[in-house]
Amino acid sequence: MKKPRPIILDLFWFVPAGALLAIFVVYPVIRTIGLSFFHKSLATGFVSEFAGLANFVRALTDSRFIASLWITFLFTAISVALEFGLGLLLAISTESIRKAQGIVRVILLIPWTLPTAVIAVLWAWMLNDQYGGVNAVLLRLGVIDSGVTWLGKPATAMIAIAFADVWKTTPFVFLILLAGLQNIPRELYDAIEIDGGGTWAKLRYVTWPHLLPFTFVALIFRIVQAFAVFDLVWVMTGGGPGGSTETVSIYTYRTYMRYLDFGYGAALAITTVVVLGIIAAVLYRAVVAKYEKAF
Amino acid sequence: MIVCCVAALAPITWTASSSLKSAAELTLVPPTLLPHAPTLSNYDVLLFKRPFLRYCLNSFVIATMTSLVCVAAACLAAHRLARMRGNVRSIARLGLLVVAFFPPIVFIFPLYELIRAAGLVNHPWGLILPYSALNLPFAIWLLTGSFQQIPYELEEAASIDGLSRFQTFRKIVLPLVTPALITAGILVFVSSWNEFMLALTFMNVESEKTVTLGVATLSGAFAEEIPYGQIAAGVIASSIPLIALVLIFQRRIIAGLTAGAVK
Repeated sequence: MKKPRPIILDLFWFVPAGALLAIFVVYPVIRTIGLSFFHKSLATGFVSEFAGLANFVRALTDSRFIASLWITFLFTAISVALEFGLGLLLAISTESIRKAQGIVRVILLIPWTLPTAVIAVLWAWMLNDQYGGVNAVLLRLGVIDSGVTWLGKPATAMIAIAFADVWKTTPFVFLILLAGLQNIPRELYDAIEIDGGGTWAKLRYVTWPHLLPFTFVALIFRIVQAFAVFDLVWVMTGGGPGGSTETVSIYTYRTYMRYLDFGYGAALAITTVVVLGIIAAVLYRAVVAKYEKAF
Repeated sequence: MIVCCVAALAPITWTASSSLKSAAELTLVPPTLLPHAPTLSNYDVLLFKRPFLRYCLNSFVIATMTSLVCVAAACLAAHRLARMRGNVRSIARLGLLVVAFFPPIVFIFPLYELIRAAGLVNHPWGLILPYSALNLPFAIWLLTGSFQQIPYELEEAASIDGLSRFQTFRKIVLPLVTPALITAGILVFVSSWNEFMLALTFMNVESEKTVTLGVATLSGAFAEEIPYGQIAAGVIASSIPLIALVLIFQRRIIAGLTAGAVK
Protein backbone atom coordinates (compact mmCIF):
# COMPACT_ATOMS: atom_id res chain seq x y z
CA MET A 1 0.00 0.00 0.00
CA LYS A 2 1.39 3.40 -0.97
CA LYS A 3 1.29 6.04 1.65
CA PRO A 4 -1.11 8.93 0.85
CA ARG A 5 0.48 11.94 -0.78
CA PRO A 6 0.45 15.30 0.93
CA ILE A 7 -2.56 17.29 -0.18
CA ILE A 8 -0.38 20.24 -1.16
CA LEU A 9 0.96 18.28 -4.17
CA ASP A 10 -2.60 17.81 -5.34
CA LEU A 11 -3.14 21.53 -5.40
CA PHE A 12 -0.45 22.03 -8.05
CA TRP A 13 -2.82 20.52 -10.61
CA PHE A 14 -5.17 23.42 -10.01
CA VAL A 15 -2.59 26.19 -10.31
CA PRO A 16 -2.93 27.06 -14.04
CA ALA A 17 -6.73 26.95 -14.08
CA GLY A 18 -6.98 28.54 -10.66
CA ALA A 19 -4.67 31.41 -11.58
CA LEU A 20 -6.53 32.15 -14.82
CA LEU A 21 -9.90 32.07 -13.09
CA ALA A 22 -8.70 34.15 -10.15
CA ILE A 23 -7.17 36.90 -12.29
CA PHE A 24 -9.60 37.11 -15.20
CA VAL A 25 -12.90 35.99 -13.69
CA VAL A 26 -13.03 36.26 -9.90
CA TYR A 27 -11.01 39.46 -9.55
CA PRO A 28 -13.12 41.35 -12.16
CA VAL A 29 -16.32 40.36 -10.35
CA ILE A 30 -14.95 41.55 -6.99
CA ARG A 31 -13.57 44.70 -8.58
CA THR A 32 -16.94 45.46 -10.19
CA ILE A 33 -18.76 44.95 -6.88
CA GLY A 34 -16.25 47.22 -5.13
CA LEU A 35 -16.38 49.87 -7.83
CA SER A 36 -20.17 50.02 -7.64
CA PHE A 37 -19.91 51.62 -4.18
CA PHE A 38 -17.68 54.43 -5.44
CA HIS A 39 -18.02 57.49 -7.62
CA LYS A 40 -15.31 57.20 -10.24
CA SER A 41 -15.87 59.05 -13.47
CA LEU A 42 -14.79 61.86 -15.73
CA ALA A 43 -16.57 64.20 -13.28
CA THR A 44 -14.44 63.09 -10.32
CA GLY A 45 -11.28 63.23 -12.42
CA PHE A 46 -11.19 59.41 -12.22
CA VAL A 47 -10.49 59.59 -8.49
CA SER A 48 -12.49 57.12 -6.41
CA GLU A 49 -14.84 58.72 -3.89
CA PHE A 50 -16.91 56.54 -1.59
CA ALA A 51 -20.54 56.71 -2.65
CA GLY A 52 -22.31 54.21 -0.45
CA LEU A 53 -25.47 53.11 -2.22
CA ALA A 54 -25.78 56.30 -4.26
CA ASN A 55 -25.02 54.54 -7.55
CA PHE A 56 -27.72 51.95 -6.90
CA VAL A 57 -30.27 54.58 -5.91
CA ARG A 58 -29.44 56.39 -9.12
CA ALA A 59 -29.85 53.16 -11.15
CA LEU A 60 -33.28 52.41 -9.72
CA THR A 61 -34.48 55.94 -10.48
CA ASP A 62 -32.81 56.14 -13.90
CA SER A 63 -35.66 55.89 -16.41
CA ARG A 64 -33.20 54.97 -19.16
CA PHE A 65 -31.94 52.00 -17.12
CA ILE A 66 -35.46 50.87 -16.19
CA ALA A 67 -36.43 51.10 -19.86
CA SER A 68 -33.38 49.07 -20.87
CA LEU A 69 -34.25 46.40 -18.27
CA TRP A 70 -37.75 46.19 -19.71
CA ILE A 71 -36.42 45.99 -23.27
CA THR A 72 -33.98 43.24 -22.28
CA PHE A 73 -36.73 41.36 -20.46
CA LEU A 74 -39.00 41.58 -23.48
CA PHE A 75 -36.26 40.45 -25.85
CA THR A 76 -35.39 37.51 -23.59
CA ALA A 77 -39.00 36.40 -23.19
CA ILE A 78 -39.81 36.60 -26.91
CA SER A 79 -36.66 34.95 -28.21
CA VAL A 80 -36.33 32.17 -25.60
CA ALA A 81 -40.03 31.25 -25.84
CA LEU A 82 -39.86 31.09 -29.65
CA GLU A 83 -36.61 29.11 -29.57
CA PHE A 84 -37.97 26.49 -27.20
CA GLY A 85 -41.31 26.31 -29.02
CA LEU A 86 -39.72 25.92 -32.45
CA GLY A 87 -36.94 23.72 -31.10
CA LEU A 88 -39.42 21.34 -29.49
CA LEU A 89 -41.55 21.16 -32.62
CA LEU A 90 -38.47 20.40 -34.69
CA ALA A 91 -37.08 17.88 -32.22
CA ILE A 92 -40.34 15.94 -32.02
CA SER A 93 -40.77 15.89 -35.79
CA THR A 94 -37.15 14.88 -36.38
CA GLU A 95 -36.87 12.28 -33.65
CA SER A 96 -38.81 9.58 -35.45
CA ILE A 97 -36.93 10.01 -38.73
CA ARG A 98 -33.52 8.52 -38.01
CA LYS A 99 -32.20 8.81 -41.55
CA ALA A 100 -32.76 12.52 -41.93
CA GLN A 101 -31.38 13.43 -38.52
CA GLY A 102 -27.74 13.59 -39.57
CA ILE A 103 -28.25 16.04 -42.41
CA VAL A 104 -30.78 18.16 -40.49
CA ARG A 105 -28.37 18.51 -37.61
CA VAL A 106 -25.51 19.62 -39.84
CA ILE A 107 -27.62 22.21 -41.65
CA LEU A 108 -29.00 23.59 -38.41
CA LEU A 109 -25.58 23.72 -36.78
CA ILE A 110 -24.39 26.25 -39.34
CA PRO A 111 -26.37 29.28 -38.06
CA TRP A 112 -25.37 28.39 -34.52
CA THR A 113 -21.64 28.28 -35.29
CA LEU A 114 -21.42 31.61 -37.11
CA PRO A 115 -20.31 34.59 -35.02
CA THR A 116 -23.25 36.54 -33.62
CA ALA A 117 -21.74 39.83 -34.77
CA VAL A 118 -21.42 38.50 -38.33
CA ILE A 119 -24.99 37.18 -38.21
CA ALA A 120 -26.05 40.66 -37.15
CA VAL A 121 -24.37 42.07 -40.28
CA LEU A 122 -26.05 39.39 -42.38
CA TRP A 123 -29.52 40.19 -41.01
CA ALA A 124 -29.00 43.92 -41.24
CA TRP A 125 -28.33 43.31 -44.95
CA MET A 126 -31.31 40.96 -45.31
CA LEU A 127 -33.55 43.56 -43.68
CA ASN A 128 -32.21 46.53 -45.62
CA ASP A 129 -35.21 48.61 -46.61
CA GLN A 130 -34.29 49.09 -50.27
CA TYR A 131 -32.04 46.22 -51.33
CA GLY A 132 -32.69 43.57 -48.66
CA GLY A 133 -33.86 40.01 -49.25
CA VAL A 134 -36.73 40.05 -46.75
CA ASN A 135 -38.48 42.99 -48.38
CA ALA A 136 -37.83 41.54 -51.83
CA VAL A 137 -39.57 38.29 -50.91
CA LEU A 138 -42.47 39.99 -49.09
CA LEU A 139 -42.99 42.39 -52.00
CA ARG A 140 -43.07 39.55 -54.48
CA LEU A 141 -45.58 37.67 -52.34
CA GLY A 142 -47.68 40.81 -52.16
CA VAL A 143 -47.63 40.94 -48.35
CA ILE A 144 -46.38 44.51 -48.34
CA ASP A 145 -46.72 47.30 -50.92
CA SER A 146 -43.46 49.09 -50.29
CA GLY A 147 -40.20 48.27 -48.51
CA VAL A 148 -40.37 48.25 -44.71
CA THR A 149 -37.56 50.00 -42.85
CA TRP A 150 -37.30 47.14 -40.34
CA LEU A 151 -34.46 48.57 -38.31
CA GLY A 152 -35.69 52.14 -38.50
CA LYS A 153 -38.84 51.78 -36.39
CA PRO A 154 -38.91 50.84 -32.68
CA ALA A 155 -41.42 47.97 -32.88
CA THR A 156 -40.01 46.29 -35.98
CA ALA A 157 -36.38 46.80 -34.87
CA MET A 158 -37.08 44.81 -31.71
CA ILE A 159 -38.82 42.06 -33.69
CA ALA A 160 -35.94 41.99 -36.18
CA ILE A 161 -33.33 41.52 -33.45
CA ALA A 162 -35.36 38.84 -31.68
CA PHE A 163 -35.87 37.13 -35.04
CA ALA A 164 -32.13 37.09 -35.77
CA ASP A 165 -31.53 35.61 -32.32
CA VAL A 166 -34.15 32.91 -32.90
CA TRP A 167 -32.55 32.12 -36.25
CA LYS A 168 -29.17 31.65 -34.65
CA THR A 169 -30.08 29.85 -31.43
CA THR A 170 -33.04 27.57 -32.21
CA PRO A 171 -30.56 24.95 -33.52
CA PHE A 172 -28.80 24.82 -30.15
CA VAL A 173 -32.11 24.37 -28.31
CA PHE A 174 -33.17 21.78 -30.89
CA LEU A 175 -30.03 19.71 -30.31
CA ILE A 176 -30.49 19.75 -26.54
CA LEU A 177 -34.18 18.82 -26.80
CA LEU A 178 -33.42 16.08 -29.31
CA ALA A 179 -30.85 14.58 -26.93
CA GLY A 180 -33.46 14.83 -24.17
CA LEU A 181 -36.11 13.07 -26.25
CA GLN A 182 -33.73 10.27 -27.12
CA ASN A 183 -33.09 9.79 -23.42
CA ILE A 184 -36.70 8.88 -22.65
CA PRO A 185 -37.23 5.12 -22.29
CA ARG A 186 -39.50 3.67 -25.02
CA GLU A 187 -41.36 1.54 -22.47
CA LEU A 188 -43.01 4.61 -20.96
CA TYR A 189 -44.71 5.41 -24.28
CA ASP A 190 -45.76 1.78 -24.64
CA ALA A 191 -47.29 1.90 -21.16
CA ILE A 192 -49.39 4.93 -22.11
CA GLU A 193 -50.53 3.14 -25.26
CA ILE A 194 -51.61 0.09 -23.27
CA ASP A 195 -53.59 2.38 -21.00
CA GLY A 196 -55.31 3.74 -24.09
CA GLY A 197 -53.68 7.18 -24.06
CA GLY A 198 -53.16 9.12 -27.27
CA THR A 199 -50.47 11.49 -28.53
CA TRP A 200 -51.50 14.23 -26.13
CA ALA A 201 -51.28 11.91 -23.10
CA LYS A 202 -47.81 10.85 -24.21
CA LEU A 203 -46.69 14.46 -24.48
CA ARG A 204 -48.29 15.44 -21.21
CA TYR A 205 -47.27 12.52 -18.99
CA VAL A 206 -44.04 11.22 -20.51
CA THR A 207 -42.32 13.72 -22.79
CA TRP A 208 -42.93 16.89 -20.78
CA PRO A 209 -41.99 15.71 -17.25
CA HIS A 210 -38.87 14.01 -18.61
CA LEU A 211 -37.77 16.81 -20.85
CA LEU A 212 -38.20 19.60 -18.32
CA PRO A 213 -35.54 18.61 -15.76
CA PHE A 214 -33.26 17.41 -18.56
CA THR A 215 -33.31 20.76 -20.31
CA PHE A 216 -33.61 23.02 -17.30
CA VAL A 217 -29.92 23.95 -17.30
CA ALA A 218 -30.13 24.67 -21.01
CA LEU A 219 -33.18 26.87 -20.46
CA ILE A 220 -31.50 28.89 -17.70
CA PHE A 221 -28.37 29.12 -19.84
CA ARG A 222 -30.35 30.52 -22.76
CA ILE A 223 -32.15 33.02 -20.55
CA VAL A 224 -28.88 34.27 -19.10
CA GLN A 225 -27.35 34.50 -22.57
CA ALA A 226 -30.34 36.33 -24.02
CA PHE A 227 -30.39 38.71 -21.09
CA ALA A 228 -26.75 39.57 -21.74
CA VAL A 229 -27.40 40.22 -25.46
CA PHE A 230 -24.85 42.64 -26.85
CA ASP A 231 -23.36 41.77 -30.25
CA LEU A 232 -26.65 41.53 -32.14
CA VAL A 233 -27.97 44.85 -30.89
CA TRP A 234 -24.66 46.68 -31.12
CA VAL A 235 -24.21 45.76 -34.78
CA MET A 236 -27.83 45.78 -36.00
CA THR A 237 -29.19 48.94 -34.39
CA GLY A 238 -26.65 50.20 -31.85
CA GLY A 239 -29.59 50.43 -29.41
CA GLY A 240 -31.64 52.62 -31.70
CA PRO A 241 -33.86 53.93 -33.09
CA GLY A 242 -34.24 56.39 -30.25
CA GLY A 243 -32.98 53.94 -27.60
CA SER A 244 -35.86 51.55 -28.34
CA THR A 245 -33.57 48.51 -28.51
CA GLU A 246 -31.01 49.57 -25.91
CA THR A 247 -30.54 46.51 -23.69
CA VAL A 248 -28.87 46.60 -20.27
CA SER A 249 -25.54 45.37 -21.66
CA ILE A 250 -25.53 48.11 -24.30
CA TYR A 251 -26.41 50.82 -21.77
CA THR A 252 -23.82 49.57 -19.28
CA TYR A 253 -21.16 49.39 -22.00
CA ARG A 254 -21.93 52.97 -23.04
CA THR A 255 -21.83 54.13 -19.42
CA TYR A 256 -18.36 52.63 -19.09
CA MET A 257 -16.78 53.36 -22.42
CA ARG A 258 -18.51 56.47 -23.73
CA TYR A 259 -19.70 58.37 -20.64
CA LEU A 260 -16.63 57.14 -18.72
CA ASP A 261 -18.72 56.75 -15.56
CA PHE A 262 -17.06 53.65 -14.11
CA GLY A 263 -18.70 53.58 -10.68
CA TYR A 264 -22.18 53.90 -12.14
CA GLY A 265 -21.40 51.37 -14.90
CA ALA A 266 -20.34 48.86 -12.23
CA ALA A 267 -23.57 49.47 -10.31
CA LEU A 268 -25.58 48.85 -13.50
CA ALA A 269 -23.69 45.58 -14.13
CA ILE A 270 -24.24 44.39 -10.56
CA THR A 271 -27.93 45.32 -10.63
CA THR A 272 -28.29 43.32 -13.85
CA VAL A 273 -26.71 40.26 -12.21
CA VAL A 274 -29.03 40.58 -9.20
CA VAL A 275 -32.10 40.83 -11.46
CA LEU A 276 -30.90 37.78 -13.41
CA GLY A 277 -30.31 35.88 -10.16
CA ILE A 278 -33.86 36.60 -9.05
CA ILE A 279 -35.27 35.45 -12.39
CA ALA A 280 -33.23 32.23 -12.23
CA ALA A 281 -34.27 31.54 -8.63
CA VAL A 282 -37.97 32.08 -9.37
CA LEU A 283 -37.77 29.77 -12.39
CA TYR A 284 -35.85 27.18 -10.43
CA ARG A 285 -38.46 27.11 -7.71
CA ALA A 286 -41.33 26.97 -10.18
CA VAL A 287 -39.82 24.11 -12.18
CA VAL A 288 -38.67 22.09 -9.18
CA ALA A 289 -42.15 22.35 -7.64
CA LYS A 290 -43.80 21.28 -10.89
CA TYR A 291 -41.31 18.52 -11.52
CA GLU A 292 -41.95 16.96 -8.13
CA LYS A 293 -45.69 17.16 -8.66
CA ALA A 294 -45.43 15.38 -11.98
CA PHE A 295 -44.21 12.19 -10.35
CA MET B 1 -38.50 20.33 -40.63
CA ILE B 2 -37.76 21.03 -44.27
CA VAL B 3 -39.07 24.55 -43.79
CA CYS B 4 -36.62 25.06 -40.95
CA CYS B 5 -33.68 23.78 -42.99
CA VAL B 6 -34.61 26.14 -45.81
CA ALA B 7 -35.04 28.97 -43.32
CA ALA B 8 -31.61 28.22 -41.87
CA LEU B 9 -29.88 28.36 -45.24
CA ALA B 10 -31.85 30.99 -47.15
CA PRO B 11 -30.26 34.11 -45.60
CA ILE B 12 -26.78 32.69 -46.13
CA THR B 13 -27.60 31.87 -49.74
CA TRP B 14 -29.03 35.35 -50.33
CA THR B 15 -25.92 36.95 -48.89
CA ALA B 16 -23.67 34.68 -50.94
CA SER B 17 -25.61 35.73 -54.04
CA SER B 18 -25.29 39.40 -53.04
CA SER B 19 -21.57 39.03 -52.59
CA LEU B 20 -21.23 38.02 -56.25
CA LYS B 21 -23.13 41.03 -57.60
CA SER B 22 -21.63 44.24 -58.87
CA ALA B 23 -22.29 47.48 -57.01
CA ALA B 24 -24.75 48.54 -59.71
CA GLU B 25 -26.74 45.32 -59.56
CA LEU B 26 -26.85 45.37 -55.74
CA THR B 27 -28.74 48.62 -55.74
CA LEU B 28 -31.39 47.53 -58.24
CA VAL B 29 -34.94 47.86 -56.96
CA PRO B 30 -36.47 45.30 -56.78
CA PRO B 31 -33.34 43.21 -56.10
CA THR B 32 -32.48 40.31 -58.39
CA LEU B 33 -32.44 36.83 -56.86
CA LEU B 34 -29.34 35.57 -58.61
CA PRO B 35 -26.51 37.72 -59.92
CA HIS B 36 -26.95 38.38 -63.66
CA ALA B 37 -23.27 38.93 -64.15
CA PRO B 38 -21.47 37.13 -61.32
CA THR B 39 -18.25 38.86 -60.36
CA LEU B 40 -15.56 38.21 -57.80
CA SER B 41 -14.64 41.88 -57.54
CA ASN B 42 -16.08 42.21 -54.03
CA TYR B 43 -13.84 39.40 -52.83
CA ASP B 44 -10.92 40.88 -54.70
CA VAL B 45 -11.31 44.20 -52.87
CA LEU B 46 -11.96 42.48 -49.55
CA LEU B 47 -8.97 40.17 -49.69
CA PHE B 48 -6.38 42.41 -51.31
CA LYS B 49 -7.36 46.02 -50.62
CA ARG B 50 -8.62 45.58 -47.08
CA PRO B 51 -6.83 43.91 -44.14
CA PHE B 52 -9.25 40.97 -44.27
CA LEU B 53 -6.55 38.30 -44.42
CA ARG B 54 -4.83 39.99 -41.51
CA TYR B 55 -8.09 39.76 -39.53
CA CYS B 56 -8.29 36.05 -40.33
CA LEU B 57 -4.71 35.46 -39.26
CA ASN B 58 -5.32 37.32 -35.98
CA SER B 59 -8.44 35.31 -35.29
CA PHE B 60 -6.72 32.07 -36.14
CA VAL B 61 -3.76 32.76 -33.83
CA ILE B 62 -5.96 33.96 -30.99
CA ALA B 63 -8.51 31.13 -31.23
CA THR B 64 -5.83 28.44 -31.55
CA MET B 65 -3.77 29.70 -28.64
CA THR B 66 -6.91 30.10 -26.53
CA SER B 67 -7.96 26.49 -27.12
CA LEU B 68 -4.47 25.23 -26.28
CA VAL B 69 -4.10 27.28 -23.08
CA CYS B 70 -7.66 26.67 -21.97
CA VAL B 71 -7.73 22.92 -22.61
CA ALA B 72 -4.28 22.40 -21.05
CA ALA B 73 -5.25 24.20 -17.85
CA ALA B 74 -8.69 22.58 -17.84
CA CYS B 75 -7.47 19.00 -18.24
CA LEU B 76 -5.07 19.29 -15.30
CA ALA B 77 -7.77 20.66 -13.03
CA ALA B 78 -10.52 18.36 -14.35
CA HIS B 79 -8.36 15.28 -13.83
CA ARG B 80 -7.86 16.01 -10.12
CA LEU B 81 -11.44 17.17 -9.75
CA ALA B 82 -12.73 13.88 -11.17
CA ARG B 83 -10.81 11.96 -8.49
CA MET B 84 -12.04 14.03 -5.58
CA ARG B 85 -14.71 13.14 -3.09
CA GLY B 86 -18.26 13.55 -4.38
CA ASN B 87 -19.26 16.56 -2.31
CA VAL B 88 -16.09 18.55 -3.01
CA ARG B 89 -16.60 17.88 -6.69
CA SER B 90 -20.24 18.94 -6.63
CA ILE B 91 -19.37 22.20 -4.91
CA ALA B 92 -16.59 22.93 -7.41
CA ARG B 93 -18.91 22.13 -10.32
CA LEU B 94 -21.65 24.31 -8.93
CA GLY B 95 -19.15 27.15 -8.55
CA LEU B 96 -18.08 26.74 -12.19
CA LEU B 97 -21.70 26.76 -13.32
CA VAL B 98 -22.40 29.98 -11.44
CA VAL B 99 -19.30 31.63 -12.94
CA ALA B 100 -20.33 30.52 -16.43
CA PHE B 101 -23.70 32.21 -15.94
CA PHE B 102 -22.31 35.68 -15.28
CA PRO B 103 -23.01 38.08 -18.16
CA PRO B 104 -19.77 39.26 -19.84
CA ILE B 105 -20.64 42.89 -19.12
CA VAL B 106 -19.70 42.24 -15.46
CA PHE B 107 -16.10 41.47 -16.41
CA ILE B 108 -15.52 43.99 -19.14
CA PHE B 109 -14.30 47.06 -17.29
CA PRO B 110 -11.94 45.41 -14.76
CA LEU B 111 -10.58 43.28 -17.61
CA TYR B 112 -9.92 46.41 -19.59
CA GLU B 113 -8.07 47.92 -16.61
CA LEU B 114 -6.00 44.73 -16.26
CA ILE B 115 -5.17 44.44 -19.94
CA ARG B 116 -4.22 48.09 -20.18
CA ALA B 117 -2.07 47.91 -17.03
CA ALA B 118 -0.30 44.89 -18.51
CA GLY B 119 0.29 46.76 -21.78
CA LEU B 120 -1.66 44.14 -23.74
CA VAL B 121 -4.11 46.43 -25.53
CA ASN B 122 -3.85 45.67 -29.26
CA HIS B 123 -1.85 42.56 -28.49
CA PRO B 124 -3.07 38.98 -29.18
CA TRP B 125 -2.36 37.87 -25.60
CA GLY B 126 -4.70 40.61 -24.40
CA LEU B 127 -7.51 38.47 -25.78
CA ILE B 128 -6.00 34.99 -25.41
CA LEU B 129 -5.72 35.15 -21.61
CA PRO B 130 -9.23 36.45 -20.84
CA TYR B 131 -10.78 34.13 -23.45
CA SER B 132 -8.98 31.15 -21.89
CA ALA B 133 -10.23 32.08 -18.44
CA LEU B 134 -13.80 32.76 -19.55
CA ASN B 135 -13.99 29.41 -21.37
CA LEU B 136 -12.41 27.45 -18.52
CA PRO B 137 -15.60 26.71 -16.53
CA PHE B 138 -17.17 25.08 -19.57
CA ALA B 139 -14.00 23.13 -20.47
CA ILE B 140 -13.46 21.87 -16.91
CA TRP B 141 -17.12 20.95 -16.68
CA LEU B 142 -16.97 18.95 -19.89
CA LEU B 143 -13.65 17.22 -19.17
CA THR B 144 -14.43 16.25 -15.56
CA GLY B 145 -17.26 14.12 -16.96
CA SER B 146 -14.88 12.28 -19.31
CA PHE B 147 -12.19 11.74 -16.68
CA GLN B 148 -14.76 10.24 -14.33
CA GLN B 149 -15.47 7.52 -16.84
CA ILE B 150 -11.92 6.20 -16.65
CA PRO B 151 -11.63 3.43 -14.05
CA TYR B 152 -9.47 4.39 -11.10
CA GLU B 153 -7.92 0.89 -11.08
CA LEU B 154 -6.10 1.83 -14.27
CA GLU B 155 -4.26 4.62 -12.50
CA GLU B 156 -3.54 2.46 -9.48
CA ALA B 157 -2.04 -0.19 -11.71
CA ALA B 158 0.18 2.41 -13.38
CA SER B 159 1.38 3.78 -10.05
CA ILE B 160 2.19 0.27 -8.82
CA ASP B 161 4.23 -0.11 -11.99
CA GLY B 162 6.27 2.84 -10.77
CA LEU B 163 4.87 5.70 -12.85
CA SER B 164 4.62 9.04 -11.11
CA ARG B 165 1.25 10.67 -10.95
CA PHE B 166 2.06 13.06 -13.78
CA GLN B 167 3.48 10.27 -15.94
CA THR B 168 0.32 8.25 -15.35
CA PHE B 169 -1.72 11.24 -16.36
CA ARG B 170 0.27 11.95 -19.50
CA LYS B 171 0.83 8.42 -20.76
CA ILE B 172 -2.22 6.50 -19.57
CA VAL B 173 -5.12 8.84 -18.87
CA LEU B 174 -4.76 11.63 -21.45
CA PRO B 175 -4.74 9.33 -24.50
CA LEU B 176 -8.01 7.84 -23.28
CA VAL B 177 -9.78 11.19 -23.18
CA THR B 178 -8.41 12.54 -26.47
CA PRO B 179 -11.88 12.70 -28.07
CA ALA B 180 -13.14 14.87 -25.21
CA LEU B 181 -10.05 17.09 -25.45
CA ILE B 182 -10.70 17.62 -29.15
CA THR B 183 -14.37 18.42 -28.50
CA ALA B 184 -13.48 20.95 -25.81
CA GLY B 185 -10.76 22.43 -28.04
CA ILE B 186 -13.12 22.93 -30.98
CA LEU B 187 -15.86 24.51 -28.89
CA VAL B 188 -13.39 26.88 -27.23
CA PHE B 189 -11.96 27.71 -30.67
CA VAL B 190 -15.41 28.55 -32.05
CA SER B 191 -16.32 30.61 -29.01
CA SER B 192 -13.12 32.69 -29.16
CA TRP B 193 -13.41 33.10 -32.93
CA ASN B 194 -16.93 34.46 -32.41
CA GLU B 195 -16.38 36.72 -29.40
CA PHE B 196 -17.17 40.36 -30.03
CA MET B 197 -17.37 42.57 -26.92
CA LEU B 198 -13.81 42.07 -25.64
CA ALA B 199 -12.38 42.29 -29.14
CA LEU B 200 -14.28 45.53 -29.69
CA THR B 201 -12.87 46.95 -26.47
CA PHE B 202 -9.26 45.75 -26.59
CA MET B 203 -8.46 45.86 -30.31
CA ASN B 204 -8.74 49.34 -31.71
CA VAL B 205 -6.26 49.30 -34.58
CA GLU B 206 -7.11 47.70 -37.94
CA SER B 207 -4.07 45.41 -37.98
CA GLU B 208 -4.98 43.69 -34.70
CA LYS B 209 -8.73 43.22 -35.23
CA THR B 210 -10.23 39.74 -35.24
CA VAL B 211 -12.28 38.72 -38.26
CA THR B 212 -15.56 38.89 -36.32
CA LEU B 213 -14.82 42.44 -35.25
CA GLY B 214 -13.46 43.32 -38.69
CA VAL B 215 -16.58 42.20 -40.55
CA ALA B 216 -18.90 43.83 -38.01
CA THR B 217 -17.13 47.16 -38.37
CA LEU B 218 -16.60 47.08 -42.16
CA SER B 219 -19.41 49.52 -42.86
CA GLY B 220 -18.06 52.02 -40.36
CA ALA B 221 -14.76 52.13 -42.21
CA PHE B 222 -16.28 54.09 -45.08
CA ALA B 223 -17.35 57.68 -44.91
CA GLU B 224 -19.65 57.89 -47.93
CA GLU B 225 -21.42 54.92 -49.41
CA ILE B 226 -21.83 51.64 -47.53
CA PRO B 227 -20.09 48.89 -49.54
CA TYR B 228 -22.86 46.28 -49.36
CA GLY B 229 -21.08 43.95 -51.73
CA GLN B 230 -17.92 43.85 -49.66
CA ILE B 231 -19.89 43.41 -46.47
CA ALA B 232 -21.74 40.46 -47.97
CA ALA B 233 -18.43 39.04 -49.17
CA GLY B 234 -16.99 39.54 -45.70
CA VAL B 235 -19.86 37.66 -44.09
CA ILE B 236 -19.41 34.75 -46.48
CA ALA B 237 -15.61 34.65 -46.38
CA SER B 238 -15.51 34.75 -42.58
CA SER B 239 -18.17 32.03 -42.36
CA ILE B 240 -16.38 29.54 -44.60
CA PRO B 241 -13.81 28.37 -42.00
CA LEU B 242 -16.55 27.81 -39.42
CA ILE B 243 -18.83 25.99 -41.85
CA ALA B 244 -15.88 23.76 -42.76
CA LEU B 245 -15.29 23.10 -39.06
CA VAL B 246 -18.95 22.15 -38.58
CA LEU B 247 -18.89 19.78 -41.54
CA ILE B 248 -15.73 18.03 -40.35
CA PHE B 249 -16.42 17.87 -36.62
CA GLN B 250 -20.22 17.89 -36.37
CA ARG B 251 -20.40 14.75 -34.22
CA ARG B 252 -17.83 16.09 -31.77
CA ILE B 253 -19.52 19.48 -31.58
CA ILE B 254 -22.96 18.02 -30.94
CA ALA B 255 -21.58 15.61 -28.32
CA GLY B 256 -19.90 18.49 -26.50
CA LEU B 257 -22.91 20.78 -26.67
CA THR B 258 -25.37 18.27 -25.34
CA ALA B 259 -22.99 16.96 -22.66
CA GLY B 260 -22.21 20.47 -21.51
CA ALA B 261 -25.79 21.57 -21.33
CA VAL B 262 -27.63 18.68 -19.75
CA LYS B 263 -25.33 17.11 -17.18
